[in-house]
Amino acid sequence: MTQTPAPDTPIPPARDLPEMDSAAPDGGFGALVRGVLSSWPSRISALVLGAIILMAVLAPFLGTTDPVAINPALRLQGSGPEHWLGTDSFGRDVYSRIVYGARISLAVGAGTVLVSLLFGVFFGVITGYFKWADIIVMRFMDGLMAIPGILLAIALVAISGATLTTVLIAISVPEIPRIARMVRSVILGVKNEPYVEAASVLGTGVWKMVWRHMLPNTVAPLLVQGTYIFASAIMTESILSFLGAGIPPETPSWGNMMADGRTFFLLKPELILYPGAMVSLTVLSVNMLGDVLRDRLDPRMAKRL
Amino acid sequence: MTTPPSQVVLSVEDVTIDTRPAGRKPIVRNISFDVREGETLCIVGESGSGKSVTSMAVMGLLPKDALQVTGGRILLDGEDVLQATPARIRELRAQKVAMVFQEPMTALNPVKTAGAQIDEVLRLHTNLSAAERRQKVLHMLERVHLPDVERIYKSYPHQLSGGQRQRIVIAMALILRPRLLLADEPTTALDVTTQKQILRLIKELQEEEKTAVVFVTHDFGVVSEIADRIVVMNRGDLVETGTCAEILSNPRQDYTRMLVASVPSLIPRCVPVPANPKVLEVVALEKRYGKKGLYRDRSVLAAQNISFTVRKGEITGIIGESGSGKSTVARCVMRLTDPSGGAIVLNGHDIVPLRNLRPMRQHVQYIFQDPYRSLNPRRTIGQSLMEGLLNYGLRETEAARKAAATLELVNLPAEVMNRYPHQFSGGQRQRIAIARAVVMEPDLLIADEAVSALDVTVQAQVLQLFEEIRARTGISILFITHDLRVAAQICNTIVVMQDGRIVEQGAARDVLAAPVQAYTRSLIDAAPAPDWDFQNFRPVSRAL
Repeated sequence: MTQTPAPDTPIPPARDLPEMDSAAPDGGFGALVRGVLSSWPSRISALVLGAIILMAVLAPFLGTTDPVAINPALRLQGSGPEHWLGTDSFGRDVYSRIVYGARISLAVGAGTVLVSLLFGVFFGVITGYFKWADIIVMRFMDGLMAIPGILLAIALVAISGATLTTVLIAISVPEIPRIARMVRSVILGVKNEPYVEAASVLGTGVWKMVWRHMLPNTVAPLLVQGTYIFASAIMTESILSFLGAGIPPETPSWGNMMADGRTFFLLKPELILYPGAMVSLTVLSVNMLGDVLRDRLDPRMAKRL
Repeated sequence: MTTPPSQVVLSVEDVTIDTRPAGRKPIVRNISFDVREGETLCIVGESGSGKSVTSMAVMGLLPKDALQVTGGRILLDGEDVLQATPARIRELRAQKVAMVFQEPMTALNPVKTAGAQIDEVLRLHTNLSAAERRQKVLHMLERVHLPDVERIYKSYPHQLSGGQRQRIVIAMALILRPRLLLADEPTTALDVTTQKQILRLIKELQEEEKTAVVFVTHDFGVVSEIADRIVVMNRGDLVETGTCAEILSNPRQDYTRMLVASVPSLIPRCVPVPANPKVLEVVALEKRYGKKGLYRDRSVLAAQNISFTVRKGEITGIIGESGSGKSTVARCVMRLTDPSGGAIVLNGHDIVPLRNLRPMRQHVQYIFQDPYRSLNPRRTIGQSLMEGLLNYGLRETEAARKAAATLELVNLPAEVMNRYPHQFSGGQRQRIAIARAVVMEPDLLIADEAVSALDVTVQAQVLQLFEEIRARTGISILFITHDLRVAAQICNTIVVMQDGRIVEQGAARDVLAAPVQAYTRSLIDAAPAPDWDFQNFRPVSRAL
């Protein structure tokens, strides 16, 4: 033999460490916030939303008076030093009602997101993971989705009476199937991923599996869906109040104010315009943030984060 | 295989390709090579060597926002492709260059028939009438040796097999009689027997048409079958060029030497293990997908009458082409799929009737094919490694200690415990996946195509790792592979499967060296370059 034979064993694997510069995973909450605040529209949206939240929290300290105090002598006043945005048909201070109304609107928004996420994720996981649950629960969800959300909400409020809690539930229920379907599809998709099978080979139990290996994949779409639900809940609350099926009329909410102002629209359009503008602003900025979130969390964009 | 001096078709001169915006290091640096009429040039390299990027640059297919050619010239029949206008490039693609990709399913439009897709090429680039075009397409289909061309013409891609699809793609590429054919790993997704046919087809068509072929591949077996000349690339640099015989028998560079020597030999190395106790015994296993209907039987038998044993310390290979049911068997043994019948006896207990799989899973572990998807990207290596141990009640500190020790075993430092999977290369990830399985100290390890996705040099390392682990822990391994060369390297016993049945089984040295069944023989013959001994850079000496 003239040639030198190659060594018997292949070259031993070099203990080559991956480059350290990428060692810190650039993910997590901080990166997300930085990402969201990287463009002007989203910065403005965040600023507006922040201001509205601050307004709701600090309502008593913003030069407001009692938002339910009636003063028939001063009905339908214009803007002035006494009443900054005038008074409504009962002589209540419009400015105070708008500031306090932010509390109701935000509470409804946040509450709806919380309730619908809680139940939606639960049903989504159950139906995604267990075939038997899928057949039963999803048919029920399909039924729920077939009924227009507003109609369902009105019916629920009509049955149980109008309080903040019932309105909240009434708005949340139609959102649950949407969340459940989304979570279900993510779980179904991830169920056959090798890493999930690998975990099952390692003896990981059902709930640990869901929590560790499946639910993290739903965070991004849920975050985005959450913002849309938040916005639509504020809208729905306004519509319900406007239709007279919402929160009790004496409670200051933007929807209620618009409902009250309806009869005086020709006389004093500001009564509808002010709360309407607030609803639009809030919904717009939340939707904008949702859009930015969606772009940021898209896996194809994630690499640039 | 010497070609008489003929016209140079493609000339790549000093080409450098960089990321856009210009990165730290160009992807491809100062590459030069020529391809002549009727010649096949193979560009060989491991993943990340820049071989595909180079071929894409020739086609003008580099993603515009990511990569750009920053230096050099690419001359096609004397015309610089890099200076050509987009319209001119489209013309060139039609008349002078054609391309065949790795995955024929994605290269074809799923909602158009095969015939219509080839017809479209003619319609766009010639002035032939519909009847003439049809005639030409049918003729081309015949030339790529497709059976029943009328039926194929009307078939949709999903109705055809992988090999048939690749023939369609080749027909589409060659129907305009291009001067240059670029083939990027065209046979990697195919079975060995199909691969052999496709390679022969390309060679045959090339000889008829005097087409120049640039063949990009990572597989030296394929290279030795088809190449006239070879370009070896490594991390963007051209390592070596030479004729096929020069590179295979006398590589000058160390890297080429290592690359060639990493191709596993077809000669079985391992002797059968002594009569150790049986770890796994599969008896008359059957798996039926779908249900038998009342009138019609729509079910598919993916595995039937499968019986084999794995003894302690033995590596048993199940080999077969895609669709042979080898993975189904592996998944049944792991109980990732429920078998329809038969018994799987693990350490003396039948696991088929088991409802609670937890106790059994402590004793069997599974390594998946794709190291990129078998590790949860959101969990650190340490968390992944310790997961199983914690599930079975080990304390955290103890689990961490064991995980670290196992990482050392697979040649990774324990510090990587806090890293995430995306920070590792494919080979490193597969080593981590192996560590995750081995740390459980199972009696049986199932490796499902565990080295198929890896480069040859990495593959060699991982195979050696399996060998070491077996020697150190006395573990038994059920090794599923389609690659006979790999099986020959590592298996004591071999089970050959075809269409859900066992065709032949026995000691590796018997099955591979003296197969009894015709199917086994055809598999061995189809393996690329069966008569070349890559380790020793010479033809196989048949004397054993």
